[in-house]
Amino acid sequence: MHGSPTGGMPNQGAATHGLAALLLLADSRLPAGGHAHSGGAEEACRAGLITGADDLSRFLRGRLATAGRVAAALAWSACSASASWELLDAEADARIASPAQRQASRTQGRLLVRTARRIWPSATLNDLAKALPEGSHHPIALGVAAQAAGCTPDQAAMAAAYTSVTGAATAAVRLLGLDPVTVHRVLAELPYDSVIAEQHDWSALPAHAAPALDLLAEQHLRTEVRLFVS
Amino acid sequence: MSANHDDHHEAPDGHNRALRLGIGGPVGSGKTALVAALCRSLGPSLRLGVVTNDIYTTEDADFLRRAGVIDPARITAVQTGCCPHTAIRDDIAANIDAVETLEERFGPLDLVIVESGGDNLTATFSRGLADKQIFVLDVSGGDKVPRKGGPGVTSADLLVVNKTDLAPMVGADLTVMSRDAAKVRDGKPVLFTSIREDKGAHSVAEWVVGIVGSWQHEHGTPHSHSYLS
Ligand SMILES: Nc1nc2c(ncn2[C@@H]2O[C@H](COP(=O)(O)OP(=O)(O)OP(=O)(O)O)[C@@H](O)[C@H]2O)c(=O)[nH]1
Ligand SMILES: [Mg+2]
Repeated sequence: MHGSPTGGMPNQGAATHGLAALLLLADSRLPAGGHAHSGGAEEACRAGLITGADDLSRFLRGRLATAGRVAAALAWSACSASASWELLDAEADARIASPAQRQASRTQGRLLVRTARRIWPSATLNDLAKALPEGSHHPIALGVAAQAAGCTPDQAAMAAAYTSVTGAATAAVRLLGLDPVTVHRVLAELPYDSVIAEQHDWSALPAHAAPALDLLAEQHLRTEVRLFVS
Repeated sequence: MSANHDDHHEAPDGHNRALRLGIGGPVGSGKTALVAALCRSLGPSLRLGVVTNDIYTTEDADFLRRAGVIDPARITAVQTGCCPHTAIRDDIAANIDAVETLEERFGPLDLVIVESGGDNLTATFSRGLADKQIFVLDVSGGDKVPRKGGPGVTSADLLVVNKTDLAPMVGADLTVMSRDAAKVRDGKPVLFTSIREDKGAHSVAEWVVGIVGSWQHEHGTPHSHSYLS
């Protein structure tokens, strides 16, 4: 199978101990371009849908239960390396209705792969870059980076679920001047486990759509004055 | 490593690629004006690419495209999510991606200029993004600015003090600025410009030609371009 991974073992020389690798991957300081994406939060703020911590909490819960859940399943599958990258990427494509979101996801995926290849050099990451030179979807890049770094598929799924909401939360802090401690409390209370506890048989990947996020992403791209890429 | 085009980041030594020049400085000091001036002066002899880091809009990229100083396709605008300094210093991934994409599409190039979003005196480029950097101040920010120092003023490879035409109007003393800058910069060059009057910023262009020459001497000329011969 073209571009398919050769096995689940990360490059031993480069891998970081699993838990530490998870912390590094999920850290917003990972230099992979994530800081410039708001996951729809910028547009939601502009449209008056997020005005304070309560709105934000609802927004993040919705994001986690839909985009986060799908991202977690895709990252789990990519990390366990049981499918060809093109196929898994097509599965991701089919689950993201908005072209703007697909574009943002691929951009973040491409940047993450470039960064991860320098931090955790691995044949699997090279395969992924070769199979999808324009960028794989972000959760797939995250899953493969997690594998290269030495994480388990469950850890990869957790990283995907977590990063599906942290970028949006930070964006809201910056855009609305919300109390960062309040927002971190919101983040701490989100039900991450509920979205990664599922059975991740990749042939039965979940497909939770979030039409509002799709619309926000499309509208965002058409807004002239914007700080974030997505 | 494979030869896949995604792989040139594997050569961080800079062999056979364009010199990457960062241009930073406070809001409105004349960074975009300088980029336009350099394109005007260097466009005929160097193969150029430009990356802008606009804060809210694509204003700078649009200005440069309209100015007609460079093929509009060779300008890429990067968005920085509220944090212009993050995009040039702490997380340079999007800028690297933009630079490499320009090199892939139009390369080989001699020089890629990255203009940062207007920021404060501490904003400098990561060495992972810019091989050399220029910090642009303007006289209307006050003649005390060089004395205040900060990483941009003290460590940039070249300090440009722009808008000298405004000095009499804002009561800025250029000799004070020059003396203070020399003191904090440890001998590194400082150039005074009025890009309004010198649309090619010729003194800066000459400095850039010099660093591109040294860069290519050290790292090889991307392909067989002969501008130095
Ligand atoms: N008087 C005078 N005005 C200048 C000069 N150079 C630039 N300007 C003007 O200063 C303003 C800001 O110039 P820009 O080149 O956009 O400044 P910038 O540093 O790119 O600004 P940001 O990207 O917004 O941070 C524009 O109106 C320019 O025309 C100069 O030498 N003299
Ligand atoms: Mg500018």
